[in-house]
Amino acid sequence: MSYIGKSIKRVEDKRFITGKGKYTDDIKLPYMTYGCFVRSPYAHAKINSVDISDAENSSGIVKIFTGEDIAESGINGVPCGWQVNFKNGDIMKEPPHPLLVKDKVLHMGDAVAFVIAESYSQAKDAAEMVRVDYEMLPAVTNPQEAVKKGAPQVHPDAPNNTCFDWELGDSKAEVEAALKGAHHVTTLDIENQRVVPNAIEPRSAIGDYNEAHEKYTLHTTSQNPHLTRLLLSAFVLGIPEHKVHVIAPDVGGGFGSKIFHYTEEAMVVWGSKQIGRPIKWTAERSESFLTDAHGRDHKTHLAMGFDKDGKVLALKSETFANLGAYLSTFAPAVPTYLHGTLMQGLYTTPKINVDVTGVFTHTNSVDAYRGAGRPEATYQLERIMDLAALEMDMDPAELRRINFIPAFDGVEQEGYATRVALQYDSGNYEPVLDRALEMVGYDDFRKKQEAAKDSGKLLGIGFSTYVEACGIAPSAVVGALGARAGLFESSQVRVQPTGKVSVYSGSHSHGQGHETTFAQIVADRLGIPLEDVEIVHGDSEAVAFGMGTYGSRSLAVGGSSIVKSLEKVIDKGAKIAAHKLESRVEDLDFAEGKWTVKGTDKSISFGDVSLTAYVPHDYPADLEPGLDFSSFYDPTNFTYPFGCHVAIVEVDKETGHVRLKRFIAVDDVGNVINPMIVDGQIHGGLAQGIGQALFEGTVYDSSGTLLNASFMDYSIPRADDLPNFEIDRTVTPCPHNPLGVKGAGEAGCIGSTPAVVNAVIDALWKGGHKVKDIPMPLISERVWKAMQNGH
Amino acid sequence: MKVSVNVNGRQVDRDIEDRTLLVHFLREDLNLTGTHVGCDTSGCGACTVLLNGNAVKSCTLLAAQVDGEKITTIEGLSNGELHPLQEGFKEEHGLQCGFCTPGMIMTSADLLSRNKQPNEQEIREALEGNFCRCTGYHNIVRAVKYAAEKMT
Ligand code: FES
Ligand code: FES
Repeated sequence: MSYIGKSIKRVEDKRFITGKGKYTDDIKLPYMTYGCFVRSPYAHAKINSVDISDAENSSGIVKIFTGEDIAESGINGVPCGWQVNFKNGDIMKEPPHPLLVKDKVLHMGDAVAFVIAESYSQAKDAAEMVRVDYEMLPAVTNPQEAVKKGAPQVHPDAPNNTCFDWELGDSKAEVEAALKGAHHVTTLDIENQRVVPNAIEPRSAIGDYNEAHEKYTLHTTSQNPHLTRLLLSAFVLGIPEHKVHVIAPDVGGGFGSKIFHYTEEAMVVWGSKQIGRPIKWTAERSESFLTDAHGRDHKTHLAMGFDKDGKVLALKSETFANLGAYLSTFAPAVPTYLHGTLMQGLYTTPKINVDVTGVFTHTNSVDAYRGAGRPEATYQLERIMDLAALEMDMDPAELRRINFIPAFDGVEQEGYATRVALQYDSGNYEPVLDRALEMVGYDDFRKKQEAAKDSGKLLGIGFSTYVEACGIAPSAVVGALGARAGLFESSQVRVQPTGKVSVYSGSHSHGQGHETTFAQIVADRLGIPLEDVEIVHGDSEAVAFGMGTYGSRSLAVGGSSIVKSLEKVIDKGAKIAAHKLESRVEDLDFAEGKWTVKGTDKSISFGDVSLTAYVPHDYPADLEPGLDFSSFYDPTNFTYPFGCHVAIVEVDKETGHVRLKRFIAVDDVGNVINPMIVDGQIHGGLAQGIGQALFEGTVYDSSGTLLNASFMDYSIPRADDLPNFEIDRTVTPCPHNPLGVKGAGEAGCIGSTPAVVNAVIDALWKGGHKVKDIPMPLISERVWKAMQNGH
Repeated sequence: MKVSVNVNGRQVDRDIEDRTLLVHFLREDLNLTGTHVGCDTSGCGACTVLLNGNAVKSCTLLAAQVDGEKITTIEGLSNGELHPLQEGFKEEHGLQCGFCTPGMIMTSADLLSRNKQPNEQEIREALEGNFCRCTGYHNIVRAVKYAAEKMT
């Protein structure tokens, strides 16, 4: 039976729906202690002293570590995994990120002490007794302010708080000349506000040092346990990598925030060795708000020039990207290579210049959050496209259509070389737009909108057509761009003597359903029942190596690696089959789980071949026993999904309240293995993208205090905030990986945000308020004000 | 202090610290780790259990407050066979990472005990205190509908 393209129900669900999932915080080790961090309430302050005397006498205390202890131990801070150079070739500024701070805290939530006790409540009680004498210093949270002369400095060795400046594409002079000659130029100053990922499972880590084996075990909420092991062992603690075992068990969502190697992980591992007992730390939600790497936070000036027919002539984009106080693992890559390279969009724009300044501020780190750079690029392009259409009085759908890159499949036609360093693999953009317009009932909608003008509610429609880069990534390419790691994926297919199959994958599932999708691939290729396949992931000792899950890479890269291993299994199986059938390999067909001698009914099953491989009594002389192969797959290119998202909103004229009435998404993610799972990924991405447009965003005050660091004050979408999604897809296979898949994890989040904002702007224009922009999130107050100010 | 609670049909007597939250009592003392903690402000609903059949956020109650009462957690929702809600979440792909799922299921169980055939709006409103960051709620609504159908 074929499993590809079928909505197989997920095999992992049973444990979750019965309450038997095993998340990090569910794990209890014998003799375990509990840790609690003492965190700075200030964004920027000098530490005059840390007094632990009362805390040490509190009940149940095992040990308290301070910044002083860490400094004395000689432990390095957590490193950054990506290097971006200044335009002049200088290396980016890379200040240390210590596990505990000794002299100066640099953001609210910075850790100054770690209290370990027999129970969590005892640790928390004692943490409150640690007396830190802070001397508050002025702070800066806005990257545009931070680069100005006289702004408070985050790190002494990063003048003007600048981590790097960076440029991509055509020269500024060329682009400016093209803008000068344009028939119409649309300009826009926009902010892609800072959001908090908020996986519902808070981060958690358990460090467990075993003295007898001189071995360190870390259980952690990670999207990539092997990378964490590498950074932890080689870069932070300086301990041998083979003595470190990292396990990421069931993980309750990540969305990027669990990619990175965090200080808390190193703290529990190191601490465990010092006290000779396991230590568990689990974040409280308010701690997650302060310390899980945040997303976005770009301030951008844009200019786009058009000829008289609406063809785009040039695009200029200048961004100040907030990196926070410390560089998180992939922080420098997000506003540069994952953002600037996407500024072609799916348009033929002949001249593009992208300029980015990465800036330190007294805020928590910013790093990859679902989409990572591509939502920021898409937000700019799609907002300015819609605005230009309004300004030029053109239809926003048609303006996009006339600028689309013509279809190319990457096989007959070459990939599309952009002005900003990428080569799109395959794309066919008009069909997604057409299908979306059809689902919306576009002509009809415009009539309804006109009719609603004089009622109490304005109707608006917003478009977003996007292309993104995922399946991250060819190692040589990202290496040239500054990545300090390869971005291949590994797999091992171990066929057991009975023909059952265990697959070890370096990809990590924290909701994506790999245990099902990967099993479908294996069952399909080997022609065996799905139940005969088990997917193992998230354990650095079970799985040889892995680069983990992010950038919508699991299927395109991890899945392709599994296919490679399967091919090796089938090749060797054929040799065994040929021997048993007294035939030649070339004369065999492999289908439906058996090898058959062509034109005969002589065959041998996969199970019999497996058994023979392990009981090799009657066996080819030149062949090793066993049926077990591993592979590393390094992709030759990124993959480029695309789509068209359309939002329809209703805006209350009296209150400015926005209600999202409909959301239509037509995405092309290449071939699809499990449509149900892909739909689910799209839904989830849409909710997060819509959340950013309408509800979410951090609020810092002038002293650098994060004012909305809890679910009471920070709004993520709830069930009654969202409509049912109307989704469909087209299929343009990826030409360069064996599955033809592109990746679906982030598409929803990348396309949806600008569609919603565009819809609100459209509603306002149609109601006579010619506003260019309303900063996200579009809460009633902001929309209402815009209606009062816009004429 | 001593508490005596009927948890999933079993009488349990424990000596606990006065300030113990119900959710910690369930997770730490009884090892019922299907009930999750997702926040510290009673916002997310990951900790939802049934108290005498009504959905409550177990991070918002002290264990002391349920002395002598009846608690049902996800582990006790069904015995052997899957509950129609559990089945619905699987059939309709109402979960991804699964972290919100026990809370979602318990809140939905409460809803269906009061309203046998909720419409979509009613389901969305009933789940308003349960956050899911993975699914966008679309399939959760369908899962609850599936269970409602199945239970009539
Ligand atoms: S943990 Fe109880 S509501 Fe969040
Ligand atoms: S399934 Fe992950 S939070 Fe709901």
